Amino acid sequence: MKYAYFPGCSLKGTGRSYEESLLPVMRILGIELEELRDWNCCGATAYMSVDETKACVLASRNLAIAEKTGHRALVTPCSACYLVLNKTQHYLKEVPAISNGVGKALGAVGLSCHGAMPVRHPLDILLNEVGLDAIKQKVTHPLTGVKIAPYYGCQIVRPYATFDNAYQPTTLDRLCEALGATVAHYPLKTRCCGGSLTGTMPEPGLHCAYQLLKEAVKRGADLLATVCPLCQFNLDGYHDQIAAKWEPVRLPTLYFTQLMGLAFGLAPTQLGLQRHLVPMKPLLPVTA
Amino acid sequence: MIEYTRVIKHETDRVPGFGAEVMRAPGCEKLASCIQCGTCSGVCPVSIYMDFTPRQIMALTRADFKDDVLRSRTIWLCVSCYACTTECPRKIRITDIIYELKQRAIQSGYYPEHFAVPVLAREFTDMARANGRITESLLVMRMYLKTNWLAALGMWRLGLKLMSTGRFSYTPEKIEGRAELEKMFAAIDTPIPDYSPSGAPGEETKGTQP
Ligand code: SF4
Ligand code: SF4
Repeated sequence: MKYAYFPGCSLKGTGRSYEESLLPVMRILGIELEELRDWNCCGATAYMSVDETKACVLASRNLAIAEKTGHRALVTPCSACYLVLNKTQHYLKEVPAISNGVGKALGAVGLSCHGAMPVRHPLDILLNEVGLDAIKQKVTHPLTGVKIAPYYGCQIVRPYATFDNAYQPTTLDRLCEALGATVAHYPLKTRCCGGSLTGTMPEPGLHCAYQLLKEAVKRGADLLATVCPLCQFNLDGYHDQIAAKWEPVRLPTLYFTQLMGLAFGLAPTQLGLQRHLVPMKPLLPVTA
Repeated sequence: MIEYTRVIKHETDRVPGFGAEVMRAPGCEKLASCIQCGTCSGVCPVSIYMDFTPRQIMALTRADFKDDVLRSRTIWLCVSCYACTTECPRKIRITDIIYELKQRAIQSGYYPEHFAVPVLAREFTDMARANGRITESLLVMRMYLKTNWLAALGMWRLGLKLMSTGRFSYTPEKIEGRAELEKMFAAIDTPIPDYSPSGAPGEETKGTQP
């Protein structure tokens, strides 16, 4: 199976271990992700705060390029990209003021966007196209005895939840179970990680990250599994500040694709695990 | 201990038409049906840091208290997590309303200089428009330079760690189609999209009550 692939800026920067683990894992499952030619930034939450129409213009150039590939869907691993691209699709259909502006902008360079390209998250593809049985078949090093707090964050389940429940999502839980891990009961699974506030207004931003980590510690988790580069960064990067302000809650945070890679027998370095600031090595019995 | 202060609002503080104007923006139409239940404030992960809760922002916006709303800390604290939007019993898209308020505050300069959130948003849009992509490491440096470079010094340990793990990019990512992108933006370069059925956007009529 082949899909168009929109990595987003983070996966080429601070979140590169997400891409490093996503691509090999998908390849093992027979999924080819073809990177969109000359894609641009999705606009994220920042552009929406400045100018909605222009934010949609930025996002729609990617949708227009994706439509030209003729693939069945556009897969994007970053939660912010996932939300913005989906939101733009909605606005193109529902808000004439915006779709007119976007049409004009795209028209100026001979592009067009019909809003016909489904934008999907890898988790959606894994559960609904590949299926848990096929994933289980590839598990050679089950994560037995590892307790995972499944953390979805906000933007893949809200507000355009298409493949999971906005209140009580379970796709990541089921995936972790399929890898042989134990899933912790984790009621904060969709609460915000602090987003970009960790950089702009540290106290409230870090408080969000602290709450999530504290809850995971309380639930006896060995690590958190995440689906978004910003969540990973916030939960992994600020332990010194969090410990100084509140208390140490040092748990590693791994991308679900890294957990899959480990369960498939890939080496930690093949999955970018050496890039994380809180190491996970002593926790997992897994070695390649 | 929470301290309560009661602030009396005066008719003269209102900017009549402001609420109606916000309600014309996409996604903001349902604000009129807010029942002030407070669900949004209850689920908001950062409401404890806000000067006005999301519920209060809804009431103030609807009642035309433009200055209070656009000067509030609340709109910059909102992390766009959509928890409130998902839970609102009246299906009000609170997150989109706050986005609209942020846009209005940025466009009319309603924020303190060197205030990091709008500065980051502006730097982000400039970089995205010029390069087509965001290089996070350089973006954050630019934000610190324009807001509080002392804070940047406090972040040096994190910066070093990112460098040593290969997550800090030194050169900006750029797309090939930069000219194409600029042409697209130039085609719609107007300061604010006109959502109002008649009259210039952003124009306020003082005096008459809606
Ligand atoms: S949850 Fe909805 S109805 Fe209730 S106060 Fe907030 S905006 Fe109003
Ligand atoms: S979207 Fe904003 S206002 Fe709503 S719950 Fe999240 S942070 Fe609070």
